[in-house]
Amino acid sequence: MKLLTHNMLTSHVKGVTKGYPLLIKATEVKVNEVDFNPQFVSRMIPKLEWSALVQALGQRQDLPGELVADYEKDDEFLKKVHRVLLEVEVVEGCLQCPESGREFPISRGIPNMLLNEDEV
Amino acid sequence: MKSSERSKEEKKVLRKQLKTSHSLLKHEGVSTVSQPTKSLVVANGGLGNGVSREELSAPLKEMGELETLTMHPNKPYAFVTYRSEECARKAHIHLNGQKLQCGENSVTLYLGYVDSVPCEEETPVRLPEGLILVGNFVSQEEEELLLTGIDWSPANDDVTAQKSLKHRRVKHYGYEFRYDNNNVDKDKPLAAGIPEECLPVLERCVTNKLINIMPDQLTVNQYESGQGIPPHVDTHSAFEDTILSLSLGAQTVMEFCHPDGRVVAVVLPGRSLLVMGGESRYLWTHGITPRKFDVVPTCDPQPPAHTMPGLTLSKRGTRTSFTFRRIRREPCRCAFPSACDSQTAPSAPSASEPSLPSLPCCHTDAAHLEEEYVHRVYNAIAPHFSSTRHSPWPRVCHFLSSLPPGSMLADVGCGNGKYQGVNPEVIAVGCDRSSALIQISAERGFHVFVSDALHLPLRTASFDACISIAVIHHFSTQERRLAAVKELVRVLKPGGRALIYVWAFEQEYNKQRSKYLKDQKEENPENHSLTDEASENSQEPNGKSSRHLEDEHKTVGNLQDVSKVTDGKLSVHTNRTAFSTQDLLVPWHLKEGRRQEEEESGGSGLDSNISSLPVFHRFYHVFQQGELEVLCAQVTGVKVQSSYHDQGNWCVIIEKMD
Repeated sequence: MKLLTHNMLTSHVKGVTKGYPLLIKATEVKVNEVDFNPQFVSRMIPKLEWSALVQALGQRQDLPGELVADYEKDDEFLKKVHRVLLEVEVVEGCLQCPESGREFPISRGIPNMLLNEDEV
Repeated sequence: MKSSERSKEEKKVLRKQLKTSHSLLKHEGVSTVSQPTKSLVVANGGLGNGVSREELSAPLKEMGELETLTMHPNKPYAFVTYRSEECARKAHIHLNGQKLQCGENSVTLYLGYVDSVPCEEETPVRLPEGLILVGNFVSQEEEELLLTGIDWSPANDDVTAQKSLKHRRVKHYGYEFRYDNNNVDKDKPLAAGIPEECLPVLERCVTNKLINIMPDQLTVNQYESGQGIPPHVDTHSAFEDTILSLSLGAQTVMEFCHPDGRVVAVVLPGRSLLVMGGESRYLWTHGITPRKFDVVPTCDPQPPAHTMPGLTLSKRGTRTSFTFRRIRREPCRCAFPSACDSQTAPSAPSASEPSLPSLPCCHTDAAHLEEEYVHRVYNAIAPHFSSTRHSPWPRVCHFLSSLPPGSMLADVGCGNGKYQGVNPEVIAVGCDRSSALIQISAERGFHVFVSDALHLPLRTASFDACISIAVIHHFSTQERRLAAVKELVRVLKPGGRALIYVWAFEQEYNKQRSKYLKDQKEENPENHSLTDEASENSQEPNGKSSRHLEDEHKTVGNLQDVSKVTDGKLSVHTNRTAFSTQDLLVPWHLKEGRRQEEEESGGSGLDSNISSLPVFHRFYHVFQQGELEVLCAQVTGVKVQSSYHDQGNWCVIIEKMD
């Protein structure tokens, strides 16, 4: 799972009202190099919940808490975003619902977001 | 005069070479350089176009000492590295544009210098769990004795249940495999038991602890070069765990496939014994691709220093397999219920005991029906299903291409991900209920997760577009189909659009029969292997027009009574025919086409138990004209932008209003 996917995912357990963002508990992370396309990345940024991305990274990356103006001209910044969104992959671990504590497993890079009968 | 003619010939070679290097770069990422190096790419000199290692290495070696010769399976080119640049230069001068005779064909070689030889990482091949291959299990004398012991004359057909097949020859001893019930008549042993010649071999199997009980059934298959057998699992309920297969005569390659997509090719040399037990017997399919050559590792007894072992072609000859099995007397209780006919009767019902489900009347029943007749089936058929889903439908591509760059796209029910890369300018995420299919799209590098379409774990109002292709017809009640549309609308931003495709009850529209009806070759539905032209032409003639909703309301009212289900049970649809009801089960045959089906009608055995391949039934609700529009109109805040009929599907584009 890339952080781009994480940015779109939310907990959908019945009754949960604040299921976003999901907490990432990674046991295996890998980095795959992907071709850098500054235009693609800068188009992606306004579609994101920026705060969720910053929160997901925690202390590990030095992304600004707030989006800066004219980021589309800042190649260094776009490269950083490219790396965290498209190159870093959580291979094993789980995603945890911030409200209910329900954990969704991530296996071989794929989050399993299926709910049980009593959760829908 | 003469020199100008020569230069004409040279120009031709040069032109071809330029073209070749261009296409190598374009399709394979191989870039040639103009400065001489030690390494060359030899276009047309690959295993992929029928050139064997021996045939290619002979002329190459005449030019100087080789360091490596790399031949990848299925590629139409090879890489050669010489000890010195001088030799490489010599090869370039003398071999470029030259014809090479290989077997009955000849190819023209084009050589180009490369900086480096791309090396594919050699992943050590592990045999499937439970599979053992014992080389030289019988002596040449025993081989001779066993082969002459088989009387292929038709005189005693009924004694040994010999079948005359169009291609393969098959003979049964002990018990006959029956095709009408996909099993063995356990109370009717054949007059001829296992031939005496086999007994010493079987006793050796017991002594060596390869088996712990004597087999009581033997199937002998004879394959000529070019013949094969489709992938299959031997019926669990018919035979006990361990299955022995003795290969006599020419070697062949047997392919084992795991439901998760793993494929292991196993070279079966003559006089070798293959022991299939556990997972390899119960879960993996095995089959032999019909072809005249196999790509196999070279078995050079003394590889010269610095020469990498590589791959080459092995010509097939006549191979006879002896398959020994033990008849099973009680239901199978293996650990692989997804592939077990004893344990998953509803998905693969036996002819004698049809237990078809009823149309659900409550939410829980519906969920269970879909679990059994949709989710489990897709997981079980995922690799085969995916292999038939390679061509994106043109009008879906058209929708995707119309999205502005940077659009967020959700592909809900993305299957193997065939639409995810269509428009690289959009930011696509995909999900599917089937973890086996999602696995395949994840391996293709797409952003995917496993999810149910009724409960999407996606932020509300976060997508510019959604597609739902051939998904909603798998929901078994009207409420659930509506809920699926609502979920798509929920994740759309205001102004966002969704494209929905569902299978149509009307497979004939505007006097045009759909590809599904026309395509008699294909065994499985929805195999719209659309070649671009055929598809565009056979679609609705006035494809862009959207009809008036009022008309469609009426049509639905008129046609409603076709959806009645007699005696409450769902009926099984006959593939490639018109639909008689709206709610039905559509069979999926785990194999590859009609031709194989014809072959099957004859033979059996380890290598031929094809008709024991499970048939899976998927639930469908096929939509009548106008029904999809009515469904979408029930969702508040939605406008139907357009609707059309495309290849036996009803399709709408809806927009979420501001």
